Amino acid sequence: MTDAAPSPQTRFRRSFLAPTATFAVLLALGGILDRTANGYTQLIFLFMFVNMILALSLNLVNGFTGQFSLGHAGFMAVGAYVSGYLSVLTMGVGARLMFLPQPFEFLNFPIFAVAGGLAAAAAGYLVGLPSLRLRGDYLAIVTLGFGEIIRVVLLNTKAVGGARGMPGVPAPGELVVGDYVFSPFFMNYLWAAFWLTTTFFVLWRLVRSTHGRGFQSVREDEIAAEAMGVNTTKMKVQAFVISSFFAGLAGAVFASATKYLNPSTFQFTKSVDAIIMVVLGGMGSLTGSVIAAIIVTMLPEFVLRPLQEYTGVDLRMVIYSLLLIIFMISRPQGIFGKAEVTDLFKRLTKARGKDGRTSA
Amino acid sequence: MGYEAMLKHVLAGLVIFAATTGCTRKTPVAAPSESSDDSHRAQVAMTGDILIGEYGSMTGGEATFGLSTHEGVMMAIDETNEAGGVKGRRLKVIALDNQGKPDEAAAVVTRLITENKVVAVLGEVASGRTLAAAPIAQQHKIPMISPSSTNPQVTEVGDYIFRVCFIDPFQGTAMAKFAHEKLSAKKVAILRDVKSDYSVGLATFFAKTFRQMGGEIVIDQSYQSGEKDFKAQLTQIRSKKPDAIFIPGYYTEVGLIAQQAKQLGIKAPLLGGDGWDSEKLYQIGKDAINGQYFSSHYTTESTDSVVQDFIKNYKAKYGKVPDGLAALGYDAAKVLVSAMERAAELTPKNIRDEIARTKDFAGVTGRITIDGKRNAVKPAVVVKVDGTVNRYVTTITP
Repeated sequence: MTDAAPSPQTRFRRSFLAPTATFAVLLALGGILDRTANGYTQLIFLFMFVNMILALSLNLVNGFTGQFSLGHAGFMAVGAYVSGYLSVLTMGVGARLMFLPQPFEFLNFPIFAVAGGLAAAAAGYLVGLPSLRLRGDYLAIVTLGFGEIIRVVLLNTKAVGGARGMPGVPAPGELVVGDYVFSPFFMNYLWAAFWLTTTFFVLWRLVRSTHGRGFQSVREDEIAAEAMGVNTTKMKVQAFVISSFFAGLAGAVFASATKYLNPSTFQFTKSVDAIIMVVLGGMGSLTGSVIAAIIVTMLPEFVLRPLQEYTGVDLRMVIYSLLLIIFMISRPQGIFGKAEVTDLFKRLTKARGKDGRTSA
Repeated sequence: MGYEAMLKHVLAGLVIFAATTGCTRKTPVAAPSESSDDSHRAQVAMTGDILIGEYGSMTGGEATFGLSTHEGVMMAIDETNEAGGVKGRRLKVIALDNQGKPDEAAAVVTRLITENKVVAVLGEVASGRTLAAAPIAQQHKIPMISPSSTNPQVTEVGDYIFRVCFIDPFQGTAMAKFAHEKLSAKKVAILRDVKSDYSVGLATFFAKTFRQMGGEIVIDQSYQSGEKDFKAQLTQIRSKKPDAIFIPGYYTEVGLIAQQAKQLGIKAPLLGGDGWDSEKLYQIGKDAINGQYFSSHYTTESTDSVVQDFIKNYKAKYGKVPDGLAALGYDAAKVLVSAMERAAELTPKNIRDEIARTKDFAGVTGRITIDGKRNAVKPAVVVKVDGTVNRYVTTITP
């Protein structure tokens, strides 16, 4: 455990340990859900993964780079529609095209999801290039405007159904192993968990890299960063494009989970939901975003919904808003502030007088 | 290194565990799970209250849609319970809010079906949200009745999805009949909104029916919603001297068109569909819109006793005049209740079959017959604009 300088190969292998472990644990949870939970619980878990990916991606811009984007739902919409449209074309009812044949059909979805992510990243580049020269409120308004433009374009595009929406988005392609086949929920879950793990660890490494320090220097003091030779506009655009890519992934997972896309899903309120998660978890805390996404998804559905059924009064959104207000007054920096859950472990091990091992 | 090797084994174990729980044998994948689902649900439905799910936009920008519908549904359910319920069992509605969001609609209907285990689902108003929820009901084989989604695609989702309102094209047919039979029009002009599916659908079916009845479409002009000036199209229409002009658009443009037609001295009556149905129509069109006709789902001025009773009871219960959505919500619930009464056993399958057999059901919005495509075949009413009030003119049967 304490070998002084591990060889590059060992380091490389170790760098995959934490993501693999996370993915394996998530998969085991998925197996349990597949067997024991009803369709509703399963759907909410998928929505939770979508929210986690969305919150993580937004945190890169709003938390780590210190810019304020209000149009994240727009990029999610691009990813959702691109991936959803490709899925309908190749795997939908009566699809004439074929992308990958069985037994590789299960790889269709991740490829489409990446395509959706790339399209969202391209949209992010288009939006970011002119608007990221602006600061603060102006940037917020411009991103808000662009988010709405994307939605209105979708609303007027006949190929994706316009205001009627796009029904019949298929579940990810089947994975057949011998005589056995995985359920559609499990396939959805598998890819959702895969993209969540990818998003989390890519961002985790990124913000700790030289590049990530550049993003954070923009947040801390733009003038000082510039004086140190950081190209702040370039940094902002990069953060924005990477963030849009992951928002697109969230959209792709969302599309195959709900099986139906409608432009009105990606309204301004969706962007606000993402911001709530980022602020609640702590701007600049990735684990905070994950935990906030769990709370924001689970609380209205698993706690407040039964409460509504029990009392017969629909105060769901009132209670939810009140809880958020009380929380933000008592802890304005969010659950974790800029810290991570792992910092807690570190502090604990240090207190015991042991050598703190950095995780991941 | 022992630590890492152990970890590897644990991870491999987790993945194998996930793989074995996540998959099922390939061959019998669909059939048995469905039947076991059905037997499970039948068990639930056999005792206690009969659970009916309802989903709608009770909060958010379109809250009035969801609330009106809910009031109509609750009135029908309360009436049934006061009369002793269905097969001696009381009905219980679980109404969930979707905040006007399609993804919430999907989540909420999944909850109604898999968690609350309802035998049938009522909803939604907006076609977009019905389309989000319908595949879920279809997948679980639970009947769903939409009170007021008029988009033809809704019931094409599958054989468990119904509606009690007419679909968009029927209004075109109805107004063609009205123009031919009541206005004795021979030559009609059409002015359609090419940007809207709804408008194009109405115009196409109007033209088809009107020609079949021996009439002539003298000119077919178009505009795009959002435009403000229609004088070019109207001048062309005037030169053809039509007996009537069919404008299947929404109230904003129709109001402006009516005003500009009056300025150009066009005397021919204007006809339209339920897209006209708004108080704003008169605010925009002023007296130019008076005396024009459009088709609608229901009118408070109908002399039918079913309608008059409904309005009287609704006023007594909620203290206001019911709007069209409340009437359709009431009819959707009544069609469901009547199907339940006829069903031998209260299983989703039996209820579905009985809804499909609905014939000549006397609803507030007219006599409802469910056709082979699970759409309602029912009359439309034609009303005449008189200020902010719409006067009942006639009923057009299909």
